[in-house]
Amino acid sequence: MTKLISSPGPSRFDDPEALSRLKKRHAAERRFRLYGQLAISFAILFLGLLIVSIGSQAVSAFSHHQVTFHLPLNEETVAPNGPGDPEAVEENISGFYQLVREDLARTFPEAGETPARTREVNALVTRLAVIPMARETSEHLDWLGETRRYRTALSDDLDLYLKGAVADEIEISLAEILRAEQIRAEDSDAPPRIRLTSADEFASLRDALARASALTADRGEAGGFSVLVQNGANLVRLLPPYDSQPLLFEPMTGTPANLAGGKPEARIILLPESARNVTDRQIAWTLALQEQGRIRSSLNWALLTNSDSTYPEIAGVLAAIVGSLFTMFVTAAIAIPIGICAALYLEEYAPKNRVTDLIEVNINNLAAVPSIVFGLLGAAVFLNFLALPRSAPLVGGLVLGLLTLPTVIIAARAALRTVPPSIRAAALGLGASKTQTVFHHVLPLAAPGILTGAIIGMARALGETAPLLLIGMVAFVAEVPGGPTDEATALPVLIYKWSTGAERAWEPNTAAAILVLLTFMVVMNAVAVFLRRRFERRW
Amino acid sequence: MLETFSQIPMAWLAFAALAAAGCAAFLAGRTIAMGIARTSEAQLNSQPNYHGYYVAMWTVTPAALLLLGHALFGSGLTRSLLMAELPDGFASFDRLQLAQYLDRVSEAATLDRSVWAGEPLFAAVTERYMILKGGLKLGTFLLAILAGLAGLAFATRRLQASFRARHEVERGIQLALFACAAIAVATTAGIVVSLLFESIRFFSQVPLFDFLFGLHWNAQTEEHFGAIPLFFGTFIISLIAMCVAVPVGLYAAIYLSEYAGARARAWIKPMLEILAGIPTVVYGFFALLVIAPAVRTSAVWLNGLPFIPDEFFAASSTNALAAGLVMGVMIIPFVSSLSDDVINAVPQSLRDGAFAMGATRSETVKQVVMPAALPGVIASVLLAVSRAIGETMIVVMAAGLRPQITADPTAEITTITVQIVALLTGDSEFDSPKTLSAFALGFVLFALTLVFNLVALRVVQKYREKYD
Repeated sequence: MTKLISSPGPSRFDDPEALSRLKKRHAAERRFRLYGQLAISFAILFLGLLIVSIGSQAVSAFSHHQVTFHLPLNEETVAPNGPGDPEAVEENISGFYQLVREDLARTFPEAGETPARTREVNALVTRLAVIPMARETSEHLDWLGETRRYRTALSDDLDLYLKGAVADEIEISLAEILRAEQIRAEDSDAPPRIRLTSADEFASLRDALARASALTADRGEAGGFSVLVQNGANLVRLLPPYDSQPLLFEPMTGTPANLAGGKPEARIILLPESARNVTDRQIAWTLALQEQGRIRSSLNWALLTNSDSTYPEIAGVLAAIVGSLFTMFVTAAIAIPIGICAALYLEEYAPKNRVTDLIEVNINNLAAVPSIVFGLLGAAVFLNFLALPRSAPLVGGLVLGLLTLPTVIIAARAALRTVPPSIRAAALGLGASKTQTVFHHVLPLAAPGILTGAIIGMARALGETAPLLLIGMVAFVAEVPGGPTDEATALPVLIYKWSTGAERAWEPNTAAAILVLLTFMVVMNAVAVFLRRRFERRW
Repeated sequence: MLETFSQIPMAWLAFAALAAAGCAAFLAGRTIAMGIARTSEAQLNSQPNYHGYYVAMWTVTPAALLLLGHALFGSGLTRSLLMAELPDGFASFDRLQLAQYLDRVSEAATLDRSVWAGEPLFAAVTERYMILKGGLKLGTFLLAILAGLAGLAFATRRLQASFRARHEVERGIQLALFACAAIAVATTAGIVVSLLFESIRFFSQVPLFDFLFGLHWNAQTEEHFGAIPLFFGTFIISLIAMCVAVPVGLYAAIYLSEYAGARARAWIKPMLEILAGIPTVVYGFFALLVIAPAVRTSAVWLNGLPFIPDEFFAASSTNALAAGLVMGVMIIPFVSSLSDDVINAVPQSLRDGAFAMGATRSETVKQVVMPAALPGVIASVLLAVSRAIGETMIVVMAAGLRPQITADPTAEITTITVQIVALLTGDSEFDSPKTLSAFALGFVLFALTLVFNLVALRVVQKYREKYD
């Protein structure tokens, strides 16, 4: 442009130099526009990626696998204090877990061979997963002596396995197995081996094995996969070397002879046993249970109705939700009334002087102070100086209240400013005092706007984590808090805690908890938008 | 008797009592005023209701202030009273042990007696604690009742026909509103004082110079308190974040205000606002789950390239790049919405002038709009920097804990905020330099962000004046 002005002489619009310059300028224009579009697409794509990745993780946590057990409720195991004491039944976790273990031992007799194997099979169900059974039974003590059907959560690692989150797999159906014979080695201590005779000499399995070796060789984990052959509830594992002639197997569960006939299947688990938390045998047992119809996938209500636990499969967000509600209650009780009053003072009463200026600068600054600094304030003043209880929603609410205060003040001031001066003038003209004008006319007209701002501020406070960490709300809380001075944790803090969990199963749980948190925030924001739409007034 | 009193939940009781007293005082004041109106010749200056409000105000306020004081300072006062009375055997306890012991006592005091039957000393201390607590509570209650009665007496004696009750009530309301506005100032003062107080205690144990210029940070062992690695980590991560947020935010703002149609704007603006509304712990989880592994994989791949030396990149599983990138995205809306506002505030006449000279849209933006909007844009960037410095959860989850000075963005790195969280999570003892160093770091953080905020706000203010 500057060139255009400074270049002397007549310039015709169709002279080639001008045209090429124009072309360049138009190209620059398109480029500039493209940068803008790229910037916006980047932000929106990122948002999409975030929502999709967390959503897809969360979906897997909202369903879980449950195992069915038929437990004979004999009195001495279940009700140590007799049928008159339901509390003892409810707390009798070890008794119920013993019943579960016995049931597993009945189903899989081979698991009793060594203590290590017994531990392996018992790991199918976590000890604490029997708590719901115990609770249910304690309410129906007339069940004693009967055999009842119970369903309880499968261990988190096997649950992840069934959801396909542990390892990639190749599943193939095999040709009919004609014969399964046991080969006894001379050394009688060695585990028995099985030779299977297949209708097609395992041609399809050998194909798949070749594919699996190629796949794992790429990853630099040669030979790092397991092969299970299944027919009904009977499973065997392929013994290395995988290219031997004939292929030899070792029994996992069920009766090897029953592999003959029917429709056998093979699955190749493309991760060495040492690199995962579930053993081949546990997988075999799980598959056998599934074959017997004893494992079912169902909605994971426990996630919403349970409280925190050290075991991901039975951990839930209830206590954290209640803790967050108490915290928000205190926050609202602090931030909203004080915020509105402060805004009223600054907008309607404050004289123009240095004190007012100081307060204004102060509030604007306070709104930009990092939230963790408020956490430090809470730790130093509320915990150390005032000796208020640690880990309590009361202190959390106080800190978040102070944190939200400037946001509410700023929103309320903006809402008060939209009320036209004519309203005030009219009220004053009719003889109302300043305070009557403000409280009878200005405040009601500004109320929807103030409320909208307050709700948005509360939604933001709901997601705050850092200040709560510093006042000890990160403690492990397995009970639903009963009041604002009880030990509690909050939803975002629970998310942080779960995200640091070592086990893989915490990942979907964390994502699910995030979804719960986001749901609350979306609802709050939707209410705010609704209020704005419904009551917004243009003057 | 005092023991049982210590267990009564105070809040609801006090609230109910205050509400009842307020109502009663209001009715009393109103009745008196109506009586005056009936008997005296002169007309009442204010409506009887205002006399009622006046009496209620004088009755409730002193009592409420006393009760509030008890709620805030009561437990601290009880504890220090008890501590002064503890027998000599407790002299061997250090502060943390004593605090934990008192925590146990105050928890036991809320429980059934049978819980602490086994330990006679503990039982005696708890008993004494309950007596002190109950006594303080009862004392405050009696004092509050007395104060309320005194207020009632004072207020009712002032009522007469010429009394300007409405004026007095309105003055009271205005005072209350001012007090609310002053709470914001009190909060800032509280932050400054508490941070300064704890920092001074810290610097009495660790020299200021070592803290500000030391190159080694190892607070857990209480040996090295050189904060340079933390400042460096904060700087690097903020730098990465700003490299993402400033160009993207600025171009997004320009596109929205200069190019996008009304419908596109109506869609895109809320999308960007969603980015600002997502809690940081969610960003942190996303960084940990998706971005950090991706950075690690890319770094491993780069290390494998022939022209890059092996292990050139640290390829750590938590790394500065992941935290910085995600933080940058989180900050985009802060840059874009503030810049959008200032760009929109540039008068249309300036644009029209440029268009009339034959400038294209981008030329107008680059040479006319942006120079005019520059102060505001700078302010928005400064505010964004301040937010990046103070951001906590993303770095806690994705940046790591190792204090080191390295230019490798795939290495683990730590920041001021991460260290504050690491030092103050869990049981903390308020005397050790370890805990106090968190407050010193907090003070640095507060001072840094305050400078950025003040400068930014000043710039915005100046700029606004120009076009208004």
